[in-house]
Amino acid sequence: MKLFPVAVEWRAPRTLVAIVLVVGLFLLPLLAGDDNSFYVKFATRVLIYALAAIGLNFILGFGGLVSFGHAMYVMLGAYAVGIPVQHGITSGYLHVAIALASALLVSALVGAVALRTSGIAFIMITLAFAQMLFFGAVSLKEYGGDDGLTIATRSDFAFFDITNATALYYFAFVAVLLALYLSWRAVLSPFGLVLRGSKANARRAAALGHPVFRYQWVAYVLSAIVCAVAGVLLANLTQFASPSYGAWTLSGELIVIVILGGIGTVFGPVVGAVLLLALEESLPMLVEATLPDYKSNWMLLLGLFIFLVALLLKRGVFGSLRGGK
Amino acid sequence: MTYQLALSQLLNGLQLGVLLFLLAAGLTLVFGIMSFVNLAHGSLYMLGAYFGAAAFAKTESFTLAILAASLGAGAVGLLLDRFALTKLYTRDHLDQVLATFGLILFFNELIRIIWGPGSIFMQVPDALSQTVDIAGFVYPSYRFAIIGVGLLVALGLYLLIQKTRIGMLIRAGATHPHMVSSLGVNIKWLNTLVFALGAALAGLAGVMSGPIVSVQPGMGEPVLILTLVVIIIGGLGSIRGAFFAALIVGVVDTLGRAFMPTLMRSIFERNTADAAGPALASMLIYLLMALVLALKPQGLFPASAGATR
Repeated sequence: MKLFPVAVEWRAPRTLVAIVLVVGLFLLPLLAGDDNSFYVKFATRVLIYALAAIGLNFILGFGGLVSFGHAMYVMLGAYAVGIPVQHGITSGYLHVAIALASALLVSALVGAVALRTSGIAFIMITLAFAQMLFFGAVSLKEYGGDDGLTIATRSDFAFFDITNATALYYFAFVAVLLALYLSWRAVLSPFGLVLRGSKANARRAAALGHPVFRYQWVAYVLSAIVCAVAGVLLANLTQFASPSYGAWTLSGELIVIVILGGIGTVFGPVVGAVLLLALEESLPMLVEATLPDYKSNWMLLLGLFIFLVALLLKRGVFGSLRGGK
Repeated sequence: MTYQLALSQLLNGLQLGVLLFLLAAGLTLVFGIMSFVNLAHGSLYMLGAYFGAAAFAKTESFTLAILAASLGAGAVGLLLDRFALTKLYTRDHLDQVLATFGLILFFNELIRIIWGPGSIFMQVPDALSQTVDIAGFVYPSYRFAIIGVGLLVALGLYLLIQKTRIGMLIRAGATHPHMVSSLGVNIKWLNTLVFALGAALAGLAGVMSGPIVSVQPGMGEPVLILTLVVIIIGGLGSIRGAFFAALIVGVVDTLGRAFMPTLMRSIFERNTADAAGPALASMLIYLLMALVLALKPQGLFPASAGATR
């Protein structure tokens, strides 16, 4: 098996941007200096959001199915750390296993129902299921309920100690690279071809004899699993799990990241996550510097920004760059 | 005693149902006719509640509050349609979801800037602050009024859509927009009219629920999600479906919240029941939706072929 499924055009702007960004992210903790600095933690959050968006992009960008409820899988992943830790189970491998199993189960069920619909109904039914899980988490009184659950210790991955912020950063970095590579391979595989074909014209793909539903179902489950892993990492970063991780605003943010980066590109979600989180971090400072009275109202500008992205950016930032053939 | 409780919960459910119908009617019409998904519909509801509360505080007239809320929300809807959303009607649903998601954040912050982050209090109008006593059964008259107004609006909408020329054009525009516009009807203005009408109904729902919920930034989102459930169950684009689904969802949700915990307690032991009861009650309508979609993916009352394409 070849490492690269297609010839990479090294000098295309997209490839260059991707390489610069990956190298930059790799070097970031070295430049930040201090082990537990604010920047390392912030950059870890960027990577985790990028990971979740890569997962979402799989169904949204390549499958053309707008899931408005993927935050629920992030939340599942976070609780897969929080609940076992409360019972004294700290093994990270077990956490990941629980996250994967629960995301697999939930997404298989949700996917089976939601994929019976398409278009607008799919958007809303995924949203409804996410709400259902959200309320489910709120009702977990013994695990903090509405207020969420503080996680006493980080997951214990035996040989990889992630108690230090930089170590956790590289852990997330590797996860993102892995997800990027897998998603790239999957998109170019026969499986990805049918998936993209069903996005372009589901009826034609079905007429060619492809069981479209089954392909979309598998893609939905895969994308949910990636989001659950992001949830495990997020819980480890914040040492906190709460229903707010499954809030529909986070599902919206993930969609924004995918679109902002460039829908239907493998690397777009990473670009989108960097841009959106940098914006969310800098807007409050910007507003505070110019209009101190309104510093808590910076979300107004974010809302306008998202609106304009939807209106004006058809292919996203990364998607507008020239790629390979 | 228990039948009184059951009856008053049933009426509470109906009251929630007609409020949901006011919201769902606008949303489902806009979807059916323009194929536009408007997540900011909940923001129009919130704006209606604020406009109404402000007008009520100033004039102490509930009639004026209702007028301010529906006209105000209708005007915002008109402006949104003409200046912000026109370009999005021809785009795919993804862009529409994203843009209106941005608008929700925008409106929530705008409300916070103007009225502050806390919730504001709106009183039940004096004339309706009493209770009604029907053969020993006591129920607040304000809630009766909501049910009455909701049913009246539903009847009015039915007459408007089925019996008037405008309604005929709206129905025609939903299934055959090109044909209607080539017959010389300005379909853009027809769309604007529908959008503003939906916004005004959302504003009306907002001001009417003002005295019974807390008026605060973000109050539109939970309601929006319930409304989405309603229009999915009812069938996208179908007013009739929205009406029945709104009543079903209102009643199921209210009865579930009222009786599920007790019901659970009779089956499971207390601890399990106390934890699972409220959760199951909140999930009930989503389970209902999943069930409906599993059996009838188009909803209970699918709009006529072509409307949803």
